[in-house]
Amino acid sequence: MSEPRVGVYVCHCGHNIAGTVDVEHVAEWALNLPNVVVSRENKFMCASTGQEQVEQDIKEFDLTHVVVASCSPHMHEKTFRNACARAGLNPYMFEMANIREHASWVHANDKDGATNKAKALVSAAVSRVIFHEPLEPMQVSIRPETLVVGGGIAGIQAALEIADAGYHVYLVEREPSIGGHMAMFDKTFPTLDCSACILTPKMFDVGAHPNITLLTYSEVERVDGYVGNFTVRVRKKAGMVDQDLCTGCGSCWESCPIRIVDNVFEAGLGHRKAIYRPFPQAVPKYPVIDVPNCTYYKSGKCRMCEKVCPTNAIRFDMQDEVVELEVGNIILTTGFKLFDARRVPNYGYGRLENVFTSLEFERLTNAAGPTEGKIVLRDGETPPQSVAIIHCVGSRDRNYNTHCSAICCMSSLKFAHLVMEKTGAQVYNFYIDMRPLHKGYEEFYHRIMDEGAQFIRGKVSEITDAARSPEEDGKLVVVCEDTLIGQQRRVPVDMVILAAGLEPRADAQAVGYMFGVGCGDTGFFTERHPKLDPVATVTEGVFIAGACQGAKDIPDSVAQGAAAAARVLGTISKREVALEPIRATIDEERCSGCRICNNMCPYHAIDFIEEKGVSRVNPALCKGCGTCVAACPSQVITGAHFTFDQLMAEIDGILVDVLSDQPIVEAV
Amino acid sequence: MSNQKPKLALYWASSCGGCEIAVLGLHEKILNVAEAFDIVFWPCVMDFKYADVEAMEDGEIDVCLFNGAIRNDENAHMAHLLRQKSKVLVAFGACSYGGSMPGLANFADREAMFQWIYFDSPSTVNPDGVVPQKRSDVPEGELRLPGFWNTVKTLAQVVPVDYFLPGCPPEASSIEIAINAIVSGELPPPGSVIGPDVTVCDECSRKKSEKKIQRFYRPQEIFPDPDICLLEQGLFCAGIATRSGCGAKCPSVGFGCRGCYGPNEGVLDHGAKILTGIASVLDAMTAEEAEAILDTLPDPAGYLYRFHLPDSLLRRKARGNGQRQPVGETSQREPA
Ligand SMILES: Cc1cc2nc3c(=O)[nH]c(=O)nc-3n(C[C@H](O)[C@H](O)[C@H](O)COP(=O)(O)OP(=O)(O)OC[C@H]3O[C@@H](n4cnc5c(N)ncnc54)[C@H](O)[C@@H]3O)c2cc1C
Ligand code: SF4
Ligand code: SF4
Ligand code: SF4
Repeated sequence: MSEPRVGVYVCHCGHNIAGTVDVEHVAEWALNLPNVVVSRENKFMCASTGQEQVEQDIKEFDLTHVVVASCSPHMHEKTFRNACARAGLNPYMFEMANIREHASWVHANDKDGATNKAKALVSAAVSRVIFHEPLEPMQVSIRPETLVVGGGIAGIQAALEIADAGYHVYLVEREPSIGGHMAMFDKTFPTLDCSACILTPKMFDVGAHPNITLLTYSEVERVDGYVGNFTVRVRKKAGMVDQDLCTGCGSCWESCPIRIVDNVFEAGLGHRKAIYRPFPQAVPKYPVIDVPNCTYYKSGKCRMCEKVCPTNAIRFDMQDEVVELEVGNIILTTGFKLFDARRVPNYGYGRLENVFTSLEFERLTNAAGPTEGKIVLRDGETPPQSVAIIHCVGSRDRNYNTHCSAICCMSSLKFAHLVMEKTGAQVYNFYIDMRPLHKGYEEFYHRIMDEGAQFIRGKVSEITDAARSPEEDGKLVVVCEDTLIGQQRRVPVDMVILAAGLEPRADAQAVGYMFGVGCGDTGFFTERHPKLDPVATVTEGVFIAGACQGAKDIPDSVAQGAAAAARVLGTISKREVALEPIRATIDEERCSGCRICNNMCPYHAIDFIEEKGVSRVNPALCKGCGTCVAACPSQVITGAHFTFDQLMAEIDGILVDVLSDQPIVEAV
Repeated sequence: MSNQKPKLALYWASSCGGCEIAVLGLHEKILNVAEAFDIVFWPCVMDFKYADVEAMEDGEIDVCLFNGAIRNDENAHMAHLLRQKSKVLVAFGACSYGGSMPGLANFADREAMFQWIYFDSPSTVNPDGVVPQKRSDVPEGELRLPGFWNTVKTLAQVVPVDYFLPGCPPEASSIEIAINAIVSGELPPPGSVIGPDVTVCDECSRKKSEKKIQRFYRPQEIFPDPDICLLEQGLFCAGIATRSGCGAKCPSVGFGCRGCYGPNEGVLDHGAKILTGIASVLDAMTAEEAEAILDTLPDPAGYLYRFHLPDSLLRRKARGNGQRQPVGETSQREPA
């Protein structure tokens, strides 16, 4: 190879870097580093002029390698790689030195120190870059089928977008019907649309869509493969009803003698039968038998449903079915679970009869719910005269969840409206802060205030039935400090609604692990970038949308569902995706077959080839994390772009005497 | 020189003598050596004086096989002398290549060693508190002893070395390969380690599976399954990270590889590589669990760096107060 010719570009980043680091000096100094043929400073390297300078120099000076000293590679590595590529240089012959986050920003009070550190970082990059090798992205083809996991509103939206665009979708839903939480609501804020009226048509479309295969009462058991080529194993639980024969007439559940508290759809407030369909608009319309609760499976007797079924659709001997799906992309829309209000014992839920959770209230006020929409106390008949709504239960609270559940302010306002409209009761909202921050939300807040709801700012310390005065007798007393008037208050009411927060699903960790998606501090799935890539994940081809990514309302869930669908459609229409070539390879000639690396890979990318007695990395699965590279005791795994020589050269380079330009230690 | 036999020298510095035995262990093949070479210096078996070497021309010796680590002034003197007189200098065996057993002294320092050897050890009787001096005056004149270094070094840390032959001691087959290469002139590039660039596991016939270590056992604690990888059975085995060439002799008789052939090609730190290997397969989910498993491995530093402490990245233990140890040829302290 001919002598390397390196170009160095030191960025001012306006004042961000130049305010602390002596940029001119660093650029001038870098010219003395080995192999550097041109070194410049520039106000904004990322601007088109900066990029064009690089392109021009590559041609004029015949540069073989480029170093830009500026911000974090997270920001602009791609920018400069592209500039190199435009000038005909392989983009991986580029290296970035971060002298902003790593020098100017962290040493703002030490200009000399920051300048010296910038020099050392530039030296490291120059020393490393000459060991870079040209790399080519890996192209993999994309199957056009998509798997959507979770049939709430986010999953429904994603599935419909993709199916409408002409591609096939498998929608897997754990419950017997799609719809998710939205199916439980009566009205939705801020417009107070009837939830069923806007959801049911979408659910129906999903059920009838020729491009959607709906797998309800099903769960994903295993995922293999990689972007474009996943193999997914789904278990369809035996519902004991032959869907080809069933008409959904309902004779079976009408005649079933077993009544069970419905903890899922009715939030524990209503009942269902042992053979059931969660709600009238369910999609699909077929019932399932809840085997553990069915008398026949317990005692061998009953078979009532079978007797009454006009089409003989009941199959007591039905078995679970396992299907294998081949898909190119996966969207997770598994939603949230409600915070368990029992965890706040001082609010008395479960102990004080007339303390309700928000989901219970949704069912209470729903025309199709257990009280046919009548808002009444637990006795089933008395309408409340006064109702307290407690915000932020289990949210924004160090003892439970620190995150804001994003929807409870608004759902509490919705409840206030519904209570006042249906019962004329006096409503008190106990809030810490009001956060009605989306379009039309602030207006909705004012509307509810105008309608006469009371707002008390303060965190409720206790809800008690221990009366201290005659007017508290037989009431629930909400105790709180009203921080606006600086006084302790005791407000007696008939009914309390706890606006419990949104939490990750109990199995989010396990589901995330199966699909290669991490969970952040709050336990929700982690997106690839919180601002710039909110629906992608670190695993290529796996996307997230809706409340599984973080607490959010329906409009946001729908937007994310559509966004994830757009990302998937993008890859499908390109037919293939380019994968970063930064991956590990094993030198099979030198692999001893010790198998140390075999279960190290977090992405299951390493296989052992029994016949040859060596291990092998599947490049499409490898994410280039480097775990196996470090682990291999024979040192025969190479991480492309992070080779041993590159890393050692980088270390040698950083150990430079910045006051002259000599290395501090001899190279090893 | 064309019709003359090439001249061979063999020397031992700080070593146990095993490497010398290994050369003799070539059995009848030693005759081939004697036939191929003119042995000009071999203090272990023939009477040579240092003066004989000093009298030689520079580069007169064609090949010098140098075993033993550099632990004192005399070892260093001979290393320099033989380097000067030899065309090809071979670091022969684990001590001269990596420091090996003598190098484990780098876990202590000279002061501590002298304290133990000349004062504290139960078998020592030293009422006058005599410690070795570089120079002492006696009625007959001045007596001299080689200065004892604070830090043991490898041969290559003292003089440039052309080839390394690993092993404690090198197997006869390895020596043969090296000798044949030298005789035939088909030598690898200077600076190379003569040996395969795969690890012992490659030669080991035990069955390997995905590993999960629950705890370590000492060799006397279990009867290992004869067919399964020893590491998988909880017996420490450095074979995963040690250059092969020995024929996996130790694991094949149920004893874990101790690592005498040193790190694989390109590896900077043998102990670190063994450690990353075994740490990668501990059956632990938390740091505490991992620590509990590692606690069942006695003397980990000794296990990991048995043969390569002086040429590891850290080279030696720091002083307790965190100060750097004086390294190199500083001569020993004069008693206070
Ligand atoms: C009391 C209350 C009132 C609300 N009111 C409103 C309102 O008025 N307006 C508004 O905009 N928002 C409201 N929200 C917020 C709204 O519920 C959410 O924004 C919305 O439900 C999120 O939709 P999703 O599809 O992401 O999740 P979900 O609705 O939770 O749906 C997830 C689906 O995935 C399924 N699933 C989960 N795990 C798996 C798995 N492993 N395999 C297969 N399937 C799985 C579930 O069964 C479920 O069907 C309210 C929330 C609450 C708690
Ligand atoms: S680099 Fe990481 S992702 Fe790639 S094979 Fe190794 S452990 Fe797996
Ligand atoms: S750790 Fe290294 S030597 Fe061992 S099987 Fe894996 S690649 Fe081969
Ligand atoms: S016993 Fe030792 S050398 Fe043999 S396979 Fe296991 S780790 Fe490797």
